[in-house]
Amino acid sequence: MHASIILLLPFFSALVILLGHRQLKGAAVLISVGSSVVSFIACVALLAVADDKDNTKLLLPFLDVGQFHANIDVLIDKQSRGMMFIVSFIGMLVHLFSLGYMKDDDAKPRFFGSLSLFMFSMTGIVLAGNLIMMFIFWELVGLSSYLLIGHWYQKASAAEACKKAFLTNRIGDFGFMIGILLLFGLNKGDVSFENLRDAFVQGGPLFDAQKSNPGIITAAALCIFMGAMGKSAQFPLHVWLPDAMEGPTPVSALIHAATMVAAGVYMLVRVSFLMEASPLAAEIIAGIGCFTALLAALMATQQNDIKRVLAYSTLSQLGYMVMAVGAVAMAAKNGHEPHAAEPGHPAMFHLYTHAFFKAMLFLGSGAVIYACHHEQDIWKMGGLRKHMPVTFWTFAIGTAALMGVPFFSGFWSKEAVLGVAFDSGCKVLFLAGAATAALTAFYMTRLLIVAFFGKPRTDSAHHATEAPMIMILPLAILAIFSVLSGYNILATPLQAMKPPHVEGHQTVLWASLIALVAGVSGAIYLYRGKDKDPVNIKLFANKFYFDEIYAVIIRICQDRLAWIVNAMERILVDGLVARLPTAIVARLGAATRMLQGGHLQGYTFLLGSGVIAVVYLVVFVLPRLGH
Amino acid sequence: MITLGHYLVVSGMLFALGLAGVIARRNIIIVYMCLEMMLSAANLALVGFSRFHLVNGLPDYTAQSLVFFTITVAAAEVAVGLAIIVALFRSKQSVDVESVTKLQG
Amino acid sequence: MPPLLFYLFALITLGFGFLVVTGRNPVTCALALAASFVGLAALFLSLDAYFIGVIQILVYAGAVMVLFLFIIMLLDIKTEEGKKLNLPAIVSGVLLAVLLTLQIIAVVGSTSLAQKSTQDTPLALAAAAGKIGRAALPTITNDLKAGELPDAKLIGFTLFDQYGFHLQVIGLLLLVGTIGVVVLSKRERSAP
Repeated sequence: MHASIILLLPFFSALVILLGHRQLKGAAVLISVGSSVVSFIACVALLAVADDKDNTKLLLPFLDVGQFHANIDVLIDKQSRGMMFIVSFIGMLVHLFSLGYMKDDDAKPRFFGSLSLFMFSMTGIVLAGNLIMMFIFWELVGLSSYLLIGHWYQKASAAEACKKAFLTNRIGDFGFMIGILLLFGLNKGDVSFENLRDAFVQGGPLFDAQKSNPGIITAAALCIFMGAMGKSAQFPLHVWLPDAMEGPTPVSALIHAATMVAAGVYMLVRVSFLMEASPLAAEIIAGIGCFTALLAALMATQQNDIKRVLAYSTLSQLGYMVMAVGAVAMAAKNGHEPHAAEPGHPAMFHLYTHAFFKAMLFLGSGAVIYACHHEQDIWKMGGLRKHMPVTFWTFAIGTAALMGVPFFSGFWSKEAVLGVAFDSGCKVLFLAGAATAALTAFYMTRLLIVAFFGKPRTDSAHHATEAPMIMILPLAILAIFSVLSGYNILATPLQAMKPPHVEGHQTVLWASLIALVAGVSGAIYLYRGKDKDPVNIKLFANKFYFDEIYAVIIRICQDRLAWIVNAMERILVDGLVARLPTAIVARLGAATRMLQGGHLQGYTFLLGSGVIAVVYLVVFVLPRLGH
Repeated sequence: MITLGHYLVVSGMLFALGLAGVIARRNIIIVYMCLEMMLSAANLALVGFSRFHLVNGLPDYTAQSLVFFTITVAAAEVAVGLAIIVALFRSKQSVDVESVTKLQG
Repeated sequence: MPPLLFYLFALITLGFGFLVVTGRNPVTCALALAASFVGLAALFLSLDAYFIGVIQILVYAGAVMVLFLFIIMLLDIKTEEGKKLNLPAIVSGVLLAVLLTLQIIAVVGSTSLAQKSTQDTPLALAAAAGKIGRAALPTITNDLKAGELPDAKLIGFTLFDQYGFHLQVIGLLLLVGTIGVVVLSKRERSAP
């Protein structure tokens, strides 16, 4: 009941707005915001239904062909309830924030319609009870992300960015689809999460496959991970996320920081039994996550665009989460039981806290950008602390949470991630995680100092004023959550899947504290009172030249491929499929047109031949056949 | 002995002659004559069957009634057909069927 | 009828029919058609269908032929001289005619009904008078008793007794045909 409200409300909202936005005009905004508020209330109600019974409910038999069933069914358990709260809560706040931020936009109805579409598809992913349904909504999320990144499509860079995001995601989605099909084949066409898990635990066909041929499980796990790689922007498909910041800032906060990019992690946690079944896949996933985290943190240190810094930070944190997914599976192999009595998962927990503070940081940056008349370069800001006190304080809280300052939410979740990395038994993971933590502290302090301290460097920064109330309010609410979501007082009722605190992690605690202090002090030492960037590392600023490398790869590979495909198309498609039938049909047509010459004699001849043929058949052939 | 078969064969040959004429001739008036021949051939077959299918010791007059109708319709058809030929000749100045190919697709 | 006469009339019918198909001059064709129909009428007579034979001559050889000739004269159609023969049409026409004839001969040869001659099925006029009885008019029964076949009377009786409605429809058809001919033949005033 609740689930269908949550799922269908944004759908109808999107439908109504996108179909009738010309007629609706201002009402479109109200419909969208209203639907987000109602679905938030429904999600809270869903939390209150705290029966821990996990159940799959069938909403709609989507496809029923013979033995094949694909359903729209919802899996409501602790993970989806908690995630649903994040999605609807941050979604609602972003809707409210957008009321202020997008006030002067001409295409407001389109924006809110796309936002509703996104809410619908994200809800679908979160509630999905099987992989097919998840894939459907996975693609829908990709679409709505494309629409929202390209909201200002008149801007060439935005148009490019949305194309890039969509195409990069396609690569990952293709892998995801192959992975789903592999599981589909292995598990006799049943890809619901519950049955897949049971197939491993109770020894279904998947279990046999794992025993006889572990490679194929690894392949399935890695293919599914490819989907997460695309959506959660992991190396090497990470390139789209920073460019996606061309979209409106509320979109960046909602989609490209808090929810959609977390969908990959969410999905990986859903299928974590696959990683546990395949140690090799777990190691690869942890490795890629760790590598992405470190790489993105390095890139973030040299970015000047306030949103890009946050984007790389998001990348880095997503890498953390993915690393945690892999590390949990590795730790499970090493004898550490990850799923104690209380189902907690470090990746989900970090996702949870990160969603709040990262959304808040993005909304804060949105407020800053709005105040500075759409100026995004941090070196053209400065001194905003005095002009925008509320924004500053909330931003500072978010920064502290992200850096992992003790007693903020990020501290607990980051420690949990590092803890499980430590448990995994791989030193590299742990050390790289700690280094990333230090770098995070460094670049966030740099951002804070450059943008908010010192003197205003331009006129627009000088005349910046506090954002309107409708934008401040979400910031303040999110700030509260950023602090408290790490504690049981909030984490337990919100079902954040907080992992049980493991004693005896002194090393982890000290490592994260040292990383924090080192990063912060380094940044303060380097950037305090500076008007120009004292450090200039081209490699980091240019994102390790990934875009250029990809461009070259594409030029070499794709052009060749395109040449081959073009040739194939000329021969196969144009020749065999198009031209040959055309020629046959044309010849046949010409032949039959000769019959249709309009010549009376020809018609008579045909008529007579027909009569003779019928007489021949009826009189001479059929009696012989016994009729 | 002259049997029904003889009459039927004559009727069939007359019909075949008419068909050959319709197919081979280009003069539309002669085509029309051949059509009349085919109708008459059918009449011959009908009358033959009528004579050899006795009802109460008399020929079957139902068949001959049908022949009567056929002749009547054929007469009407000739009248209308010739009127059409006249109209056609006025527009085309020809009675060659090759000149009338408006049915061409 | 002696077989010789049958063959003679059959030859007249088919021979003039052949002339219709092959003749170059339309007038020749029309006259040949008339001759062919006279032969056909004789065949009708040999089948004891006197009334049909007579109207065959009256309607076809008389009225219809006059109509054909009239149109030929009216349109002043010349002989098809100089026009090359349409060889494929001729070949296909002959082929079809031959095939059709062969089929008919085969069918006729395979049925026992076709083996009956007129001697096998003699008319029983006196017996028929008794069988028809009171259903028929007295004039018919009187003729039958006198040993004559009242052919026209019987056809008329059949037509008006059983096919009265059909006769009305045929009458209407002739009326419509007459109107149609008038409409078709009328010169359009507005025509350029």
